[in-house]
Amino acid sequence: MKSSIALTWRKMPERYRLIGSKCETCGTYYFPRRQICPKCRRKGKLVDTKLSGNGKIVTYTQIHVPPTGFEDQVPYVMIMAKMEEGVNITGQLVDANFKDVHIGDRVEQTFRVIQSDDPNGLIYYGFKFRKVKS
Amino acid sequence: MRDVAIIGAGITKFGERWDKSLRGLVAEAGLKAIMDAGLSGNEIEAGYVGTMASGSLIGQEHVGAVIADYMGLNPIPITRVEGACASGSLALRQGIMDVSSGMHNIVVVGGVEKMTDQGTMEVTDALGGAGDQEWELFQGMTFPGLYAMMAKRHMYEFGTSEEMLASVAVKNHRNGVKNPNAQYQREVTMEQVLNSKMVADPLKILDCSPITDGAAAVVLAPAEVAHKYSDEVVKIIASAQASDTIALNSRDSLTGLRSAQIAAREAYRQANLKPGDIQLAEVHDCFTIAEIMAIEDLGFFKKGEGGKASLEGRTDYGGDVVVNTSGGLKSAGHPIGATGIKQAVEINAQLRGKAGPRQLDDVEIGLSHNVGGTGATTVVHIYKRTR
Repeated sequence: MKSSIALTWRKMPERYRLIGSKCETCGTYYFPRRQICPKCRRKGKLVDTKLSGNGKIVTYTQIHVPPTGFEDQVPYVMIMAKMEEGVNITGQLVDANFKDVHIGDRVEQTFRVIQSDDPNGLIYYGFKFRKVKS
Repeated sequence: MRDVAIIGAGITKFGERWDKSLRGLVAEAGLKAIMDAGLSGNEIEAGYVGTMASGSLIGQEHVGAVIADYMGLNPIPITRVEGACASGSLALRQGIMDVSSGMHNIVVVGGVEKMTDQGTMEVTDALGGAGDQEWELFQGMTFPGLYAMMAKRHMYEFGTSEEMLASVAVKNHRNGVKNPNAQYQREVTMEQVLNSKMVADPLKILDCSPITDGAAAVVLAPAEVAHKYSDEVVKIIASAQASDTIALNSRDSLTGLRSAQIAAREAYRQANLKPGDIQLAEVHDCFTIAEIMAIEDLGFFKKGEGGKASLEGRTDYGGDVVVNTSGGLKSAGHPIGATGIKQAVEINAQLRGKAGPRQLDDVEIGLSHNVGGTGATTVVHIYKRTR
């Protein structure tokens, strides 16, 4: 789906700097940011927190049939990573051979171009992941 | 609260229906349902229709009004309901609550999706909206990709194999052969499934439900008057719905759908039944892994044993519980909004002994399980034949 300037601007804290929320009442982290802690509701107190960007692969897949905007990248690896803070994030895994991807592998966040509209259009930046040598 | 029964059911042929528009499909299924109930049409007091993506797929919103007009039902109220792939069952549930409450007596409920006017990529984009657009889809995720991630985790935790996944497709295609309204009347072998084109590893094209046009409809009435319309009355004895996070990555467990487990528990409570009492089930096999998780979430098999049970034929004819006699979403097709109603149409046909070559012997109790997105919404209904 085509994005917009305002939407991209609104998401910059999360997409550029991995800002999530932490509930000071129960200690749970959320990504993206939330206005209400689902566990504490009105007793919750959410504050912006930068996530470390370090995590482990919880599950993964390789996409062969892409959505619009990713046609020239297939096949590419998508992972769900559990961050050190306990919250899961979905993103692309770069510089990796699918055969070498395993549940439990350590990954770190990396800043990349996610997609772009056309040669003269918007470029959408955000985070992807790459493996960390253990 | 009144008991509610199905007094009529209708369905279109599912598939690439280049001959019919969305309104044409609904009219075809709706008319069959009204005729099956033996109504003139004047008795109908209200309607609900489930459709997920008419806006992105055919540029038409305000579908309730389109249907009221083209079914000749103006000026009665028709309301569109949307809950991604569970839209059909949500519409059914609205109809049940409407009749049960006493607000209306005769209510028609439909589901529809017109998908083949768009190409595969446009449909992939539209269906992606069943997940989290901003935090899954933007990143390059697809809907099959999300289920592939659940499959990988299920394989990792329980040793579920690609053969176990494939066995679901093989069974459902075999059932689809006996369903004249199914999109595919074609058996597939285990080898064909395993060697088919990869979509999102480990899911191949034959692990995925297809892109389908179709519609289905049922007519609901208070159970106390249902015998006036039909000798064999199918009562809906449970209607339960549960919600979960929109993004898959916000869940603690990826090997089952919590919304399905909660909706199932509530449905069994309403019906005062146990999983072992269910004789047949139409479950939401949008992907083969989804049927394996469904038969576990519904309590038919223990978590982690669904794959083995499928491979051993325990969900086939003659098994512990017969799953997806219609061919499921896999073989009968998955016109998104129509799927939940199609499940009710199939259970209704089986319980009334009208399922033709795929008829089960003397069945009394059936269940339908309809999932929206990756399980952010699940609806479970239980049906019982009464004479």
